[in-house]
Amino acid sequence: MPDRIADIWGERTPHAKGTVWPARVDLHLDEGVEEQDVDRWVQSACLLCSNGCGCDIAVKDGRMVGVRGRGTDVVNHGRMGPKGLYGSTPWASSPDRLTRPLVHEGGRLVETDWQTAMGRIVDESKRLLDENGPLTHGFYTSGQMFIEEYYTLAVIGKAGLGTPHMDGNTRLCTATSAAAFKESFGADGQPGSYTDIEHCDAIFLYGHNMAETQTVLWMRILDRTRGEDPPKVVCVDPRRTPVAEEAERTGGVHLAPRVGTNLALMNGLTRELFHNGWTADVWVAEHTIGVDDLRKVVEPYTPEKVAEICGVEPHDLRRAAAIFGQSKSVLSTVLQGFYQSHQATAASVAVHNLHLLRGLIGRPGSGVLQMNGQPTAQNNRECGADGDLPGFRNWNNQKHVQELADLWNVDPLTIPHWAPPTNAMQIFNYAEKGSIELLWISATNPAVSMPESSHIRKILSGDQCFVVVQDLFLTETAQLADVVLPAAGWGEKTGTFTNVNRTVHLSDKAVDPPGEAKSDLDIFLMYSEAMGFTDRDGAPLPTWSTPEEAFDAWRAATAGRPVDYTGLSYDKLRGPTGIPWPVNEEAPEGTDRLYTDPVFPTDTDQCETYGHDLLTGGTVTEQEHRAMAPNGRAFLKGAPYTPAHELPSDDYPLLYTTGRTVYQFHTRTKTGRSSSLHEAAPDAWVELSEQDADNLGIREGDVVSVESPRGAIEVRARVGNVMPGAVFAPFHYGSWDLEDVAPDQQHRLANELTMTVWDPVSKQPCFKTAACRVTKVRAGDGPAPAPTTAASAPARKGSVPETAGGEPTTSEVLTETPDYPNDPAAGTAHPAPTGTIAGRS
Amino acid sequence: MPHLSTYVGLADHSEKTLAESFRAVADGHAQAADVFHTCHMLAQWSENHREGLKPIVERYGEDADVDEPERLHADGLAEVRPGEIGLLRDLQDLHVLADLVQTTWTVVLQGAQGLRDHELLDVAISANAETSRQLSWLNTRMKAAAPQALIVDPKE
Repeated sequence: MPDRIADIWGERTPHAKGTVWPARVDLHLDEGVEEQDVDRWVQSACLLCSNGCGCDIAVKDGRMVGVRGRGTDVVNHGRMGPKGLYGSTPWASSPDRLTRPLVHEGGRLVETDWQTAMGRIVDESKRLLDENGPLTHGFYTSGQMFIEEYYTLAVIGKAGLGTPHMDGNTRLCTATSAAAFKESFGADGQPGSYTDIEHCDAIFLYGHNMAETQTVLWMRILDRTRGEDPPKVVCVDPRRTPVAEEAERTGGVHLAPRVGTNLALMNGLTRELFHNGWTADVWVAEHTIGVDDLRKVVEPYTPEKVAEICGVEPHDLRRAAAIFGQSKSVLSTVLQGFYQSHQATAASVAVHNLHLLRGLIGRPGSGVLQMNGQPTAQNNRECGADGDLPGFRNWNNQKHVQELADLWNVDPLTIPHWAPPTNAMQIFNYAEKGSIELLWISATNPAVSMPESSHIRKILSGDQCFVVVQDLFLTETAQLADVVLPAAGWGEKTGTFTNVNRTVHLSDKAVDPPGEAKSDLDIFLMYSEAMGFTDRDGAPLPTWSTPEEAFDAWRAATAGRPVDYTGLSYDKLRGPTGIPWPVNEEAPEGTDRLYTDPVFPTDTDQCETYGHDLLTGGTVTEQEHRAMAPNGRAFLKGAPYTPAHELPSDDYPLLYTTGRTVYQFHTRTKTGRSSSLHEAAPDAWVELSEQDADNLGIREGDVVSVESPRGAIEVRARVGNVMPGAVFAPFHYGSWDLEDVAPDQQHRLANELTMTVWDPVSKQPCFKTAACRVTKVRAGDGPAPAPTTAASAPARKGSVPETAGGEPTTSEVLTETPDYPNDPAAGTAHPAPTGTIAGRS
Repeated sequence: MPHLSTYVGLADHSEKTLAESFRAVADGHAQAADVFHTCHMLAQWSENHREGLKPIVERYGEDADVDEPERLHADGLAEVRPGEIGLLRDLQDLHVLADLVQTTWTVVLQGAQGLRDHELLDVAISANAETSRQLSWLNTRMKAAAPQALIVDPKE
C-alpha cells in the first residue's frame, strides 16, 4: 500500500540498455472502494503533467472514484505519478463546482440560466462586431482542452469571427518549445520519443526538473540509471534537484548557471564541440545550413568566459561538453528553466544545434524532447487556438491560408494572416487599452498565472472590457468576470489529446458533469449557432456538433501536413495504447520518431515559419528564406548572450526565480482539492541558500518578505538547495482557498513579483529573471510548508519532518511486459525484475 | 577624400540620431514591454557601430562642412506620440531613420571597396547587416500593430 506522497516515484524496475521498460500498474481508489466494487472503467489519459499517461477512470454509482494506469500504454507502461493518482478525480465531486451560469449584476455575480448568460455574450459580441469589427474580440484559452475543442474554437475565431487575437496559457508554458522547433526544423513537432530513454548513453536535462514535473518519465530514467549499462545524466539547473543528484551519482555533471545566463552556457558547450572536433562534418554539410555563422557566434564563449558570466566552473563545462561530444547517443530534454528564462528560444535552439552538429537526431537514443506543461497544450499548438494556424500552417504563406479557406469554405481574407496571431501578453495589453472589448477566457486562471498578476487583475476587473470566463470553479479570474459559464472537466466529456512525444489518446466521458455544466465544445458551438456564423454558401460554421465529428474534421485539416492524423479514428484510439502521429497510409500504427531520413520540413513552401532573428524577433521574409534554399536541411542558428532585463542591484540584490512543486499543478484548481496533495504542499514558501539565509539572519520557517520592484509576498522561508544569490518561489498559490489559511499567509502570489517581459521569438513571458530583496518579518513557529521529498528539501537533511501521508495506492509489477507497437526495443522484454533487483534502487 | 569623410560623418551622426530616437521611443512607449526592451537593445547596436567607426573617423576625419550631403541629415524623434497609432507612427519614423543609416553604410561600403580599406569594409559590412536587422524588427512590429491601431484604436 505505497504512500505515493512519501514515495514519489514508487518501486524501481531496473533494466538494461536497449530492452523494453518493464510494466508496473499503479492504482488509486477512493477510501472504502475496492477494485471489485468499481462499476466500470473508462478509457482516458492523465492530464496532470505533460507526460500524458494512459489510464482508466474508475466509475462507481455515477461518480469518478479513482484511476488505474494502463499497462498496455506505450507512454507509461501502467505507471502513474502522485498528481495523477491523487489529483485526477477528487475535484470533480468538490462541493464548490460551478453548476449554473453566473452574470454580473449590481456589483456581484448571480446565478442565472444558460439562455440569459449566452444572450448577454451574444448581444455584446454582435454589438461590437457591428461597431468595430472582429478585432474587438479576444480569446484566451487553456492548455487544458481537447483537440475537438481547440479546433472548433480555432474555426469559430478565425473563420467565423475573423479575429487574430487568440492565444492560450500554453504561451506561458510551451510556446518556446514550438518556437524552437520551428526555427531549427521548419515546423513544430517533437523529433524524439520516450523510447530514446531505453537506448541513450547520456541524458541532458536543461532547466528541466523532471523528477518533479514529469514523475513517470523520471521513473523511466531511474529504471535506466539504476539498471545495467546506465546512461550518464547531465543537469542544468540553479537548484540542487533530484535530477542534479542523479547527475552526480551517474558520473555526469550538475551545471548550475546563474539565473538568466543559459544562452552563454549553451554557447560555451557548442564552442567546445567545435574546438574538440566533436562535430559530424559530413552530416552537417549535407543536412544543415548555417554552420559557419554559428561557429563565429559561439567563438567568444571560452570556458573561462562562460565561468565569468554563468558562475560555472570551466572544468565542469568541459566535462559536460565531453559527455555530449563523445557519447554514442544523447537524449536532451528541455523545460521551463529555459523556456521561462532570458533568451528562451535562442537557448532552446542551441540544444538542437548540439544534436545537429553531431548528427544525433532521428535515431533510437538520440532525440530531443522540448517538453510541455501538459499533454493537451500540444493540441493548442496543433489546432491553432493559440498563436498558430491549424496543422502547422504558415500564416505568411498564401497557399497555406488558401488551404484553410477551402477547408472551411470562407474567403481567405476572413482568416487573419497579416501578422502572427496576437500573443497572450499583447491580448491583455489590448484589453487594458480597451481595443479588445470582449475577452473570453476558458479553463485557465490568468489572475494567478500571468506575470505581474496584480496588473492582470486590474485589467480584468475594469469596465473597459467585457470578460467571459468558462471554468470548473469560481477561480480568482472567474470572480472578475461579467459572465461565468460552468464547464465540464476531464472524465465528464469525450475528446482526444496529444502528449509531448506526439502520442494521441482518447479520453471518454465517464460521468455526467454536475448541474447545468456543459462541455467546452458544446459551449463554443452554442455561441457559434447563436451568432449565426456561416460559410460562403450559408451553411453553418462549424458544420459539426459532436466530438467525433469534430475529430474527423480535424483529421481532414491535417492531410498533407507534418502533423498528420489522417490514419486515426476514435475506433482506432479505443485500442490498448495511445498512438503517436504521423498516422497515415505509410505509418498506419503511428511513428515513434521524426526525421529518420533526415529530411526536415524546412522547404519554403512547406515550412511553418520563415524564421526569426533570435535576438530581436524580426521575421525572415519569404524571399530571404527562398534565397537560403534550405530544401529539407535543418537550420543551425545562434545568438550572442545578452544580460537579462533586470539584474540584481543594491536595492534588489538577489535573483528571483519561480517554478513548480511535485504535488501541485497550475494554480491548484484540481490538485488543491485533493487532500493528499494539498497537505503535502499546503501553502507557499520561498527557498534561500544557507549562505544567504545566514547573511540575512533568517532561519527555517521564519516569515520573510520578498520584494521586487513590482510587488511583495510574505511567506515562510525554506533554507534549501537553491544556489547562493538566488531565491526560488513556487507559483501555484493564489487566493481561492485563503479562508483555509491564516490571515498572515495571504500574500503569497509568486507572480506579483515577476516582470512583464517576454522572449522576442516565442513571446513566452520571463517568469524566472526578476531581482528581489528578502527581509525577515518575524521568527517562525515551525518549518516552512515546503515538501522535503524533492528539490525543496531542506539543506540540512532531517532538520524538518519528512513529507508523507498520501492515501494508500497499489502498484503491481507485471510478470510479462506487454508488446508496445513502435518500440524499437520490442521483443527484448526481459522477465519482470525480481524483488532483489528492484532492491538495488 | 573629402566626400568619404563627409559620409563617415553622416554615418556617425545618423547612427547617433537613430540611437537617441530608439531610446526616446523605448521610454515613451515603456508600457509596451517588447518595444521598451527591444528599442533599448537596438539603440545599443547603433552606439556600437559608432564605436567601430571611431578609428576610421580618426584616420579620415569627419567632415560636415560639405554642402550637398548635409541636407540629408535627418532630425530624430525628440518625443513620442501617444496611443497605438502613435506607436505605429513612431516605429515608422524609426524605419525612415534606419533606412537613411543603411543607405549611408551602403555608400560607405562602396567607398571602402574602392579604397581597399579592410578595416572600414569590416565596420561597414557588419553595421549594414545589423541595420538590416533593425529594419526587419521595425517592419515586423509595425505589421503586427497596424490593424489594431488602424481599425479599433480607442479614442484618447
